[in-house]
Amino acid sequence: MAIARVAEPSGSLQDVKEWGLDREDLLGIYRNMLTTRGVEERGHILYRQGKIPGSFYTGRGNEAASVGVATAMGSDDVGTPLHRDMGVHITRGVEPWRIFAQYMGREDGPTHGRDGNVHMADQRLGLIAMVSHLPAMLPVAVGAALAFRIREEKRVAVAWSGEGAMARGDAHEGMNFAGVRKLPVVFICDNNQWAYSTPAHLEYAVEHLADRAQAYGFDGVVVDGTDVLAVYREAKYAIEKARDGGGPTLIECQTLRMEGHAVHDDAFYVPKELFERWAERDPIERYRTWLRENVEMTDDEEDEISGYVKKLLNDALQRAEQSPLPDPSTLLEGVYATPEDLDTPHHK
Amino acid sequence: MAERTYLQAISDGLRQEMRRDKRVFVLGEDVGVYGGAFKVTLGFQEEFGAWRVIDAPLSETAIMGGATGAAIMGMRPVAEMQFADFVSCAWDHLVTVAAKQRWRVGTPVPIVLRLPSGGGFSGGPFHSQNPESSFAHIPGLKCVCPATPEDAKGLIVAAIEDPNPVLFFEHKHLYRRIKGEVPEERYVTPIGKARTHQEGDEVSVITWGAMVYTAEEAAKQLPDSSVEIIDLRSVMPWDKEAVLASVRKTSKVLVLHEDTRTGGFGGEIAATIAEEAFEDLDAPVRRIAAPDTPVPFSPVLEKAFIPQVDDVVRGLKELIQY
Repeated sequence: MAIARVAEPSGSLQDVKEWGLDREDLLGIYRNMLTTRGVEERGHILYRQGKIPGSFYTGRGNEAASVGVATAMGSDDVGTPLHRDMGVHITRGVEPWRIFAQYMGREDGPTHGRDGNVHMADQRLGLIAMVSHLPAMLPVAVGAALAFRIREEKRVAVAWSGEGAMARGDAHEGMNFAGVRKLPVVFICDNNQWAYSTPAHLEYAVEHLADRAQAYGFDGVVVDGTDVLAVYREAKYAIEKARDGGGPTLIECQTLRMEGHAVHDDAFYVPKELFERWAERDPIERYRTWLRENVEMTDDEEDEISGYVKKLLNDALQRAEQSPLPDPSTLLEGVYATPEDLDTPHHK
Repeated sequence: MAERTYLQAISDGLRQEMRRDKRVFVLGEDVGVYGGAFKVTLGFQEEFGAWRVIDAPLSETAIMGGATGAAIMGMRPVAEMQFADFVSCAWDHLVTVAAKQRWRVGTPVPIVLRLPSGGGFSGGPFHSQNPESSFAHIPGLKCVCPATPEDAKGLIVAAIEDPNPVLFFEHKHLYRRIKGEVPEERYVTPIGKARTHQEGDEVSVITWGAMVYTAEEAAKQLPDSSVEIIDLRSVMPWDKEAVLASVRKTSKVLVLHEDTRTGGFGGEIAATIAEEAFEDLDAPVRRIAAPDTPVPFSPVLEKAFIPQVDDVVRGLKELIQY
């Protein structure tokens, strides 16, 4: 029996305006979604060229979910995006050339080659870098919300998790603590139906993961994760509710992971028909159609946006390839922080 | 100066820091209304309120992960594990997130994790352990193990001031039985500087925590011998120079700890002495530690487990006679 509310699809232009998005915002969302996919497509090429050490992960199919939530965040809010959430980095303003440098283990990546792929964050943009142990960042986001609550700041933390990681104890402890203390945190579960090769029915037994929210004393919402405006609307509502002292919300964004777990995985275990069905709901194509039908996005505008993204990414690639490799003699630096290190945007 | 117990000294230091720095808050199980399982934070909630002395659900992962998130947002959390043993439930957050965040992504994580540790009162396998060496092995963490009330206060202040995750191993056996003069004003005892508990020139004992007193008792039973006792105060960082200086002075060294032997931090100390002071030694480095078993419950078994004064006396005699 489903308990969580199932969100309505995105509405008319009139609805969207009421949520606070103007035409420029709407085109900006489209640009961010295109940039997100473009970064990962080019990353894939870099990987095949042998320029990316280790493995490579993408969030293809999750662009609406990640961009939609990030667009709803306030500038002082913080978040812990994961490896399917490139759209959060893009929307918060991380420069693509730094992402490519990160992919290639170069000096100008946000981690200066110390960690790889999406294990990065620009903390000046309110992002906290993920670790591989999912959903470890969920209690960390709860702790950020705790800090906001103690200081009585009107800020919100957004905690990302996948449906696979929702099976781990961190998720339970983090959501329970947040529920008990009514902390200003919004939990986003990117439900892309597969945890590596394990299908959803072997991961959880409730109908919707968002149903669990009731057990923690807050609201759960299921939203179509390919519908960027519906995601935005639900995230916005939940974030503002949290900001106003209304406590957490768990939002489950339903998508399909359109590629393997990582680039080495061809996802042979995912039925072909499932891919085909979800390809018809491609989030970028869906949104492009909505823009043409509702805000009369013109061919010129579309070309301008795709041209902008193409140039942005071409320039970014060039710049990233010029970034030096990290200097091995710096390996020992920074294992321990110094008091001066505390002089960061977060610690001030 | 006032005479304070080891426990009161920790409490005093923590309270002073909370009074002077609004970023400092306490998070743990039963730390508020109850004042903590050992009453270190007794009366804190009345003074600082329920949002600075936070009773958490039974969730070590959320406590440690929450402390990490709050620290990244500029707070100075002092988290408590009710017993050091339960840090196993917080291991992932300490080791995977907090320890690596500075090196990996440049984000300091200033946290103090208070860990009531050690045996000697039939706490059994899950309320008696000394897990400091496990964490000393993790780059990015600091491990502090005070032995005296004065150090307990000065080191808790240093731990709160430190921009890194600091594990503060407070030995339960010392809480109420060890008293000493403690300055009332604020002071900071630097992390990583050893203390000479007693001077001597015949044999060195390198130790920390409650074993400092076991070594002292053993030395008293050898009135004709000159035993130097070095209290490391912290095992990460550890004061290598002080250890090597003592070894060069006495040429004989006993490394003593309450944790189990294999992989215990004593092995690191012994190896360093072998590498850097081999020529100064007149006897092989001797280690005394608990045997490689879980901590037993029954008093007779626990006595056989925790290094006793007699064990240390025997070890010292062998070294002296070597």
